[in-house]
Amino acid sequence: MNERLSRAEFWRLTLLGTLAFLAVWYLARLLHLAPPQFLPMPHEVLLRLVDLFHTPFAGHVLVDHMLASLGRFAMGFGLAALVGVPLGLMMGWFGWLDDIVSPLFDSLRFIAPVAWVPFAALWFGTGIGGPTLIIFAGAFPPCLINAYRGAKNVDIRFLEAASMLGVGNFRTISEVLFPAAVPSIIAGLRIGAGLGWMSLVGAELIVASSGMGNLIVRAQSAVATDIVMAGMLAIGAVGVVIDILIRRIETMLLKHRQS
Amino acid sequence: MAWLIGRKARQVGVGLGTVLIVAVLWHLSTGVFGWISPARFPRPDEALKAFQFIQAEGYGNGRLLQHVLHSLMLVAKGFAVAVAVGVPLGLLMGYSRRAEAFLNPAFLLLRPIPPLAWIPLAIVWLGLDDGSKILVIFVAAFVPSVINSYTGVRNIETPMMEAAQMLGVKGWRLVREVLVPGSLPMIFTGLRLSLQASWTTLVAAELIGALYGLGSILNQAAQDIYPAMILVAMVCVGVCGASTTWLLGQIEARAMPWRKGRVAE
Repeated sequence: MNERLSRAEFWRLTLLGTLAFLAVWYLARLLHLAPPQFLPMPHEVLLRLVDLFHTPFAGHVLVDHMLASLGRFAMGFGLAALVGVPLGLMMGWFGWLDDIVSPLFDSLRFIAPVAWVPFAALWFGTGIGGPTLIIFAGAFPPCLINAYRGAKNVDIRFLEAASMLGVGNFRTISEVLFPAAVPSIIAGLRIGAGLGWMSLVGAELIVASSGMGNLIVRAQSAVATDIVMAGMLAIGAVGVVIDILIRRIETMLLKHRQS
Repeated sequence: MAWLIGRKARQVGVGLGTVLIVAVLWHLSTGVFGWISPARFPRPDEALKAFQFIQAEGYGNGRLLQHVLHSLMLVAKGFAVAVAVGVPLGLLMGYSRRAEAFLNPAFLLLRPIPPLAWIPLAIVWLGLDDGSKILVIFVAAFVPSVINSYTGVRNIETPMMEAAQMLGVKGWRLVREVLVPGSLPMIFTGLRLSLQASWTTLVAAELIGALYGLGSILNQAAQDIYPAMILVAMVCVGVCGASTTWLLGQIEARAMPWRKGRVAE
């Protein structure tokens, strides 16, 4: 394996890589490989992104689209975490629950979250209920699986100590299994948030009438490629912010445990 | 050992029992008591009828087998290209810190964008044909392939790399005898994630617009408000996802015979 790069070398190559990426993009335009309406130049995309903050597109400015999306996301992801994590922990503790839930869960696991779109629309409409179900379908499996694995991997000595001290089922789960499973649970929440965010975009592309997915699909039908790309960047950025927030929560929880 | 067998038998028994109870509940709540309106969820016999209908007469431009094969073919193409490009790229970025520093900026920009967000762009560029679907599947499967191959190489133990270096193993031989075997478990983890992402994006892309494919059945059935057909299509999506994942698991087991007996799933 190569040696570590010096700081200067690393930044030189990073800068070079960035320039090469932009150069390819600009060249594709300058050499007329793609017509302007299909491939806007990078600075045009950035300007459009700034522009979207105060010029409404598809009925709202960008911040309102973000808030609509985040509201749905919070509902779906919150529900997935609130159901998935406790259920996963309980499945890790009660063998009979594991035996009952696992076959049902396994038979639903392989259905892609967006395949729930038709039923979601049929059952809960296209406003907030339908997309919530789709986000839930995306975020739920990792929340459950990781909590379950975390609970299964708890050191058996802790469980023996707990049972010897006469700790009941509920307190064993909340005071032994949960704290020990926190790293695994947080990892599951991060994966779940990523998949949930992606499912949200899918739901909004197909059924919703607002939100960031709706923004880019409307831009697509208007063949406004710069808005599509600006929207993609904004969606990516929000995803990164969500991930950072969850990691913050993890550091807070772990610090709390150490003190 | 007897305890293990007992546990296994109990698991299978409870599993079968659960499935049976759900089936009975389904029948009772939709058919017998009518708690759930047939406009929201189909009765078992309706689902069966829809299945026979799409098998024999076809629905949404084709019979079931045509749709399934069409979707499978698109996933296979997009997935294969993504793996063929992504795995070598990940190995390179893992091996060479220079390559990593050079390629990372573009990768960091593209990585956080969910694959489904590429669908509108793919449609603008390539229309509603197969090309745009292959493009979005490629994007979806590419990122996990790169990241996991990269991690795989980085996790090869230093003594192994040093031994290879000392023995003068270079070039193609280094790739074939050290980098690939050393990172194979992680590569397969990446492939499994890539495959799941492929199915998700394909279904979404077909829901938005397609002539054939499982997503197009879903879309057609949603427009016709035909819950039984929605159910049939969803089951097919699940079966396709599960069977391709199973196939990948078989390849994984054959590719790493030295790990026999301790395969995780």
